[in-house]
Amino acid sequence: MNARLISQKTLKDATVPVVFFILALSAWQATVQLNHIPPYILPAPTVIFYKLIEDRALLFSSLLITLSVTLKALILATLCGAGLALILSQSRLLERALLPFAIILQVTPIIAIAPLLLVYLDASKAVLVCAFLVAFFPILSNTSLGLASVDLRLQELFELYKASAWQKLVYLRIPAALPYFLTGLRIGGGLSLIGAIVAELAAGASGQGTGLAFRIVEAGFRLDVPRMFAALTLISMSGLSIYGLLALLTHYLLHRWHESARRDHRD
Amino acid sequence: MTKAPLVSLRNISKSFSNGVRVLDDYTLDIHTGETLTLLGPSGCGKSTVLRLIEGLIQPSAGEIIWRDANIKNNLGAVFQEPTLLPWANVFDNVYLPLRLLGTPRVKARQNVEEALANVGLSDFAFALPRELSGGMKMRCAIARALVTKPTIILLDEPFAALDEVTRFRLNDDLLQLKKLLSSTIIFVTHSVFESAFLSTRIIVMSKTGGRIIDEINIEPTIGRDENFRLSPLFQEISRRATMSLKRSLDQNINLTSSDPQ
Repeated sequence: MNARLISQKTLKDATVPVVFFILALSAWQATVQLNHIPPYILPAPTVIFYKLIEDRALLFSSLLITLSVTLKALILATLCGAGLALILSQSRLLERALLPFAIILQVTPIIAIAPLLLVYLDASKAVLVCAFLVAFFPILSNTSLGLASVDLRLQELFELYKASAWQKLVYLRIPAALPYFLTGLRIGGGLSLIGAIVAELAAGASGQGTGLAFRIVEAGFRLDVPRMFAALTLISMSGLSIYGLLALLTHYLLHRWHESARRDHRD
Repeated sequence: MTKAPLVSLRNISKSFSNGVRVLDDYTLDIHTGETLTLLGPSGCGKSTVLRLIEGLIQPSAGEIIWRDANIKNNLGAVFQEPTLLPWANVFDNVYLPLRLLGTPRVKARQNVEEALANVGLSDFAFALPRELSGGMKMRCAIARALVTKPTIILLDEPFAALDEVTRFRLNDDLLQLKKLLSSTIIFVTHSVFESAFLSTRIIVMSKTGGRIIDEINIEPTIGRDENFRLSPLFQEISRRATMSLKRSLDQNINLTSSDPQ
């Protein structure tokens, strides 16, 4: 397939969802206007847009706080998740000892942990820890899976050439685990934002915090529904941006050799 | 005085954890410079013999005696699949054994380029495995096996998945490389014609127990080219190997060693 055909296909792929999105917004706008639905029940998209402009100072400062927590949590989760996966891959004993703790943390709903964390930590740290906890496990489990899924024949090749444990790790297991790690990172990226929002909601409910979730709670108390939607829009856009950036990173690192990053070019 | 074998498998037995005994009291000597083919039906234990020599598995009983420990530490292997690192280009794949031996890239460059030239992949040094055809991938795997200039090269049905034309070409290339490097080759196949074309000795193994049904010696000085493929000798070797292979499939045969040619 030549470059022109690929760019035409990319354009077509991008156009379809954009057109449907615009149609959905138009339908929403029309429904609200034709039925005279008041903004405190369901604001029209234009009202939400004006609210975003009007409250931009407040909302964008909150957005920065939420994004900052999300990013910090994701970096921490990446370092700890991938680091722990590497350590666990070197020792079955450690894996058996530590993995249950990670699974317990994963299966316990974060909304149930958040109030406890708010007891022991100040609000900003509790939010960070919540976001970290939800992002950590997918990165750990996916990286662990990748490190354990190396082609058996490649492992035997390294055995044949008497490769050291370090050489096997650097030249075989880490590159082989990269697609799995990046899948974990994409999941973790979305979850870190969810974790931050959930923790902010818990913190907001107790009267603390200044992130976007707190703005939603605050606007809810005031029945300022357009601001609730405006904050929600920013959260959705943040989630999309995080996913998009991580998908781009995945494509950049894998598209030359891994099928998962190449499947879009198949048809 | 006859030189001691490069490697001897003495009374080897190999059972796996599922209880299947693949080899039973198996003895085989491998001599310098020969192209030894292990021929037999699927599951007869020929790949197990290679893996034992490669040190990837250990025998349940018996011993493997090496003439020189250096030979054991410098083996070249080509598996059934090319088994290339998908993220590394052809140069880095071929460089891998030297990298694992601690040879810096600068020092290894000449060896890698030589190995690539030997298999006709010089122009594809920076291509990724997915950009290569099946035959080219296998050439890359062969170059990787040759780059350390091993005394013994072990090939485990390397051309089984390739089309006939590519297979013939790679058979020719393999013989050229053998001449160039003076290595000893141990080749596993279930193709009678491939074994007849490449070998100086064919060992036909029984379907179970890894017993040696037949041992066919072929004069090493005979030229291996298209004329050889059409010669009566080639047909005679193929006929004998086919008959032995048929016997190997019969579980109730009386296992006796036949005379070498």
